[in-house]
Amino acid sequence: MRGNRFVYYVREGINSIFNHGFMSFASVCIIVACLIIMGSFTLLALNVDNMIDTMESENEIMAFVNSEYSRADAQAIQPYIESIDNVDTVRFVTREQAWDDFLDQYNDPSRLGDFGADILRDRYVVYVNDISKLADTRDAISQVSGIAATSVHLDVARGLVRFRNIVTIASLALVAILFVISLFIMSNTIKLTTFERRDEIAIMKMVGATSTFIRWPFVVQGLILGLLGSLISFVMEWGIYTLFSTKLMATSGLSFMTVIPFAAVSIPIFLAFTVVGLGVGVIGSLLAIRNYLKV
Amino acid sequence: MVQFTDVFKSYENGTKALRGVSFRIDDGEFAFLVGPSGSGKTTIIKLLTGEIAPTDGKITVNDYDLTNIKFSKMPYMRRTLGVVFQDYRLIEDKTVFENVAFAMRVVGASSKEIRRRVPYVLELVGLDTRTRRRPQELSGGEQQRVAIARALVNNPRLIIADEPTGNLDPARSLEIMMLLQKINELGTTVLVVTHEKELVESFSKRVIAIDGGKIISDGMGGYYNYER
Ligand SMILES: Nc1ncnc2c1ncn2[C@@H]1O[C@H](COP(=O)(O)OP(=O)(O)O)[C@@H](O)[C@H]1O
Ligand SMILES: [Mg+2]
Repeated sequence: MRGNRFVYYVREGINSIFNHGFMSFASVCIIVACLIIMGSFTLLALNVDNMIDTMESENEIMAFVNSEYSRADAQAIQPYIESIDNVDTVRFVTREQAWDDFLDQYNDPSRLGDFGADILRDRYVVYVNDISKLADTRDAISQVSGIAATSVHLDVARGLVRFRNIVTIASLALVAILFVISLFIMSNTIKLTTFERRDEIAIMKMVGATSTFIRWPFVVQGLILGLLGSLISFVMEWGIYTLFSTKLMATSGLSFMTVIPFAAVSIPIFLAFTVVGLGVGVIGSLLAIRNYLKV
Repeated sequence: MVQFTDVFKSYENGTKALRGVSFRIDDGEFAFLVGPSGSGKTTIIKLLTGEIAPTDGKITVNDYDLTNIKFSKMPYMRRTLGVVFQDYRLIEDKTVFENVAFAMRVVGASSKEIRRRVPYVLELVGLDTRTRRRPQELSGGEQQRVAIARALVNNPRLIIADEPTGNLDPARSLEIMMLLQKINELGTTVLVVTHEKELVESFSKRVIAIDGGKIISDGMGGYYNYER
């Protein structure tokens, strides 16, 4: 590509943007709105996923050993639990250790009086790979002989998994719908330019300009609008996310409510926004010019 | 060089615009294509420029076989043609100079080539004092000269003019015809489409007459009679 041709494409593209200031502004706004919705849902899904990961590492199944078992017998159960599907790690905790932990958490040990470790059972602390199967795993552990009882916080896990599934599906659907809407608006914005310049396009074709040459200024127009949209939405998403996460961290006391810092996801988000913005711009412009290049 | 061999053209609505047209125009010739309105003249021009495809027959333009041409080759075929229309088809917000330069720019000419070639062509058509004007500030005859300059600027082998004088008074029409003849004398093949009998009669040139989608006569001026 010769230098002056490149200059021509860019100049024509920028001129078109200013000639249709309002529609250009509108299409950038739509891209920004779409990207922020897409981005926010994606970030929400990422965070829920992250919370689920945290829960998977924190949400344990307590499997209490029958109190009639000797220490040795109790410890012998471990391989059976380990062999259960979905079990990640298994840790044996003696009743004495459990009692010490209990005392550490208890504010006023003196009120416990004469009670001691013997009121507790030896137990296994079991971590799972996938908390969506927490209930099944718990049931399987209950079947192991020597396990007297199990306990687990199923409700939070269930709710969170369901929430993640909904968020994932909703964000995928939204991304698809919003992508189509952005494309529609973008291609209509550029169609305004192609319509206004249909005579010019006809002349270009008549004197032998190639389709590529005719297309480029419109593609540049789409690229600039798309890029502008993605940059603006990136900055806005950054602000919105940071605001929300600090609010959330400040108000929530739940241990698994750790919000992913924006910095940790900024590069993938930036790339995704840029790709979507440029994609909408390029595809939108190609759609807009398509009809003029048939002959 | 233009060659039509047994060309048929039916439009989508069933109109049979051409019914077996054959003719040949050699390099360096000047020819008129005449016929009443609706006889198929514009259809021939559109076939020549590749704007439409024939239903049957073979068309060759400047060594390009239009019946088998690849879509991607079409622009290069068009660069060997210069086309002029009755309605000028100038870009209103560009100056005379820019209108002509535009045709060079969009086929990839450098600014240097443009600065050298455009003034030469504008002088040839007698518009060297009008270069900064816009089309609306010019008379019809002048606008058509801009269109001719634009058609000429990429140095085509063939100039095609479809009713170039249709919107002009007789004196302006004659001027345009003289200009086209001058261009022909400089070596470019010229094909002029018109239905203006008097204009054709005032030149001693080859006349291809068409009526009802068929060639009815082809020869030096005076050999045709298309009026029913
Ligand atoms: N796009 C079209 N669709 C259908 N019929 C057409 C079209 N263009 C031209 N025609 C018909 O084809 C015939 C020849 O038209 P045209 O080549 O424009 O004639 P001329 O230029 O000699 O006046 C006419 O009957 C006209 O109505
Ligand atoms: Mg016509």
